[in-house]
Amino acid sequence: MKITREQVVEKLLLAVACSAIMSLLLIAVFILKEGAPFLVKVGPRDFLFSSDWRPQEGHFGIYPMIVASLWVTLGALLVGGPLGIAGAVFLTEFAPPALMRVVKPAIELLAGIPSVVFGFIGVMVLAPLVRAYAGGPGLSVLAATVILGIMILPTVLSIAADAIASVPQSYREGALALGATRWQAVHMVVLKAARSGILAGLILGMGRAVGETMAVIMVAGNAVKVPHSPLDSVRTLTANIALEMGYATGMHRQALFATGIVLFIGIMLLNGSAMLVMKQRKGKP
Amino acid sequence: MRIAPKHTQRIAVALLGAATGVTLLVLLFIIVFVLEKGLPVVSFRFLFSMPKDMGRAGGILPTLVGTLLLPLLAIAIALPLGVGTAVYLTEYTRETRLTRIIRFGTDCLAGIPSIIFGLFGFIFFVTTLGLGWSLLSGGLTLAIMVLPTIIRTSEEAIRSVPRAWRNVSFSLGATRWETVTKVVLPNALPGIVTGVMLSVGRSIGETAAVIFTAGSSLRMPHSVFDSVRTMAVHFYIMAREGISNENAYGTAAVLVISVLLVNTLTYWLMHRFIARRAR
Amino acid sequence: MNRCKLSMIVGCGLLLAGCGRNAESVTLAGSTAFQPFAEKLAEEFMAKNPTANITVQGGGSAVGIQSALSGAAQIGMADLVELPADAQALSSYVVARDGIAVVVNPANAVTNLTLVQIRGIFNGALKNWSEVGGADAPITVVSREAGSGTRSSFEKIVQGIALTQDAIVQDSNGTIRETVAQDANAVGYLSHGLLNDKIKAVTVAGAVCTTEAVVAGAYPLARPVFLLTKGPATGTSKAFIDYVLGAEGQKLIADNGLIAAK
Repeated sequence: MKITREQVVEKLLLAVACSAIMSLLLIAVFILKEGAPFLVKVGPRDFLFSSDWRPQEGHFGIYPMIVASLWVTLGALLVGGPLGIAGAVFLTEFAPPALMRVVKPAIELLAGIPSVVFGFIGVMVLAPLVRAYAGGPGLSVLAATVILGIMILPTVLSIAADAIASVPQSYREGALALGATRWQAVHMVVLKAARSGILAGLILGMGRAVGETMAVIMVAGNAVKVPHSPLDSVRTLTANIALEMGYATGMHRQALFATGIVLFIGIMLLNGSAMLVMKQRKGKP
Repeated sequence: MRIAPKHTQRIAVALLGAATGVTLLVLLFIIVFVLEKGLPVVSFRFLFSMPKDMGRAGGILPTLVGTLLLPLLAIAIALPLGVGTAVYLTEYTRETRLTRIIRFGTDCLAGIPSIIFGLFGFIFFVTTLGLGWSLLSGGLTLAIMVLPTIIRTSEEAIRSVPRAWRNVSFSLGATRWETVTKVVLPNALPGIVTGVMLSVGRSIGETAAVIFTAGSSLRMPHSVFDSVRTMAVHFYIMAREGISNENAYGTAAVLVISVLLVNTLTYWLMHRFIARRAR
Repeated sequence: MNRCKLSMIVGCGLLLAGCGRNAESVTLAGSTAFQPFAEKLAEEFMAKNPTANITVQGGGSAVGIQSALSGAAQIGMADLVELPADAQALSSYVVARDGIAVVVNPANAVTNLTLVQIRGIFNGALKNWSEVGGADAPITVVSREAGSGTRSSFEKIVQGIALTQDAIVQDSNGTIRETVAQDANAVGYLSHGLLNDKIKAVTVAGAVCTTEAVVAGAYPLARPVFLLTKGPATGTSKAFIDYVLGAEGQKLIADNGLIAAK
């Protein structure tokens, strides 16, 4: 009797696993089914490189949005990356361990704050500052960059901190034994050893920045133009989807799914390279 | 002119410390900003009374309920599916190409931006399946969103249970399923719970996908077909439309405190399980 | 573990209890200009009819039309000068009229704009406030998204507007109000029912945006608000629409800043 129950359980679990995979597949298939015909019809070149986004008239060029997403993401990396890595180095190498115990939960709190709160602070505090001291409408690449940088900061910091902490102590001791100062040991030995983990943290942070929607809709201004300066207002790929998906039909809707495919491919590339980088690291002696 | 390494170190540490200080300052600023403007508004009445005049006055009770029910529904759907899948992949099959593909697939899906889930949920659940803007549409969408995370963390947790423990269980005559339920899962629980808490945290803060699937009704939900508004959505609408900055900040304060509570709960649960295991 | 599974099943069952779509449930979706009024009307209607369950979503007039067509909403709300081709299949009821106010920041010295100037500003031809009688400052154009009824009506009446690339786009009337209120150089447009003292409405070709002017036809930027249903309204939808069109509903609309249908 027990054997029969085992077989039943095994089949049940297989069914569960299949349905879970099916539902995940459902999304992928759905997105492809809606977006791929569009890409075939309009052609990736026109879609990706035309600046003419007038869906009502049948023009579907998302080039301004792609550039916007790139600018905003890279900018976020410039803001969040150095701060995150510096914080990670300081907390793991130079600060007393007690500080780490206090700061780590604080950083995780920062990571958990909803993006709409960040966006609102951007609108109420940051945009007026940009408007007053740098000019332009305030709702701009600059504002979006700073807010996104702060949002990815916890991700970069925790992953980098983990990577640095897992560098074997013998590396540090060896450097110190050779007469290096702590800082020399850190930047000549430890950071190089933790390089791939830190890189993975940066890449994952980038992935989060690319996918962010609400905060960007609130502070970037959503103008459909290719930015020429950080003070310009821009619309990212995610914001474009969110602004138009409620009423888009027909080809317009397919265009939004196609945008989703572009985003998905971009993020897959990012995540894939992060995984490759981390695997390389595990392989190191 | 070479700067002595001693001085370089001092400069470097100072700079790093300054960077860390900036990070902490930013965090402090955000928390203080939200709490300073929001806490005065938060009271027992604010939390437990109904909103009046579309949120201009009154409380946020329905949004509290929405914020509780939506992640609950999502986890109720995703947890059995996710843990079951993880168990099957690790305990009942060998490491084949198929399992590697499945793992790659879930990792990819974990990285899809939430707006795309919102787009899918809106078109598939709300429109095509006819569920309308409802708890059900929102819950199903969120469930699919957190499923990859639950599968991944559960799998890692299950894998971290030592092989030896399973072997001992088998040698005592237990079947595979008995081993799974009595040995593997209880010991993988901390990891699984971490995955659940991560998903809950993500669902609480999720706005884009929720607005398009669960809608934004301020009424108390009576069934899963009713539309609900979560606190994050409520905050977004009130702040953006300038309906009531005061109440918006109050909602934000409640949100920040909820995140704090969820995080603390996670830590406490983790430590409790680890301590219990160490015994 | 069995007990765990059992409690999960019971829990799910309880959750899904009260299942089945209530026949008295009505969802409205669409125009963000009419949304606050729809919400008030729904509140009053439900106070009088406790069994009814009316929820209101936003999204813009295009969402209203699409949701009515797809069935996601029982009633679509659209504020358009004229309904587009795909809305012809729906039954429409005019429930209100609304003026579109052109608004600037209270600190802005400009008090009047002609239609030609408005066209130039939103086209991007006029880039500085000094060109229309204001201070020497760049104009920040704020517009709605493409699916907005307010925007379609605005562009249709003013004519010849191909929105400048530099325009900031926001997703609802309320958000435009907040944006213009915070930026001294901003100009936008929104439903006259949402005016408050955070922003200043300019006169358009000398006409002030008031109820009287819109009713008299003196104010050029005006459009009707439609409630749309798939086929003639029935049941609770019909009862609600009747309420809105009735004396009480119209009075509520007029008292709160919009304009009655008649």
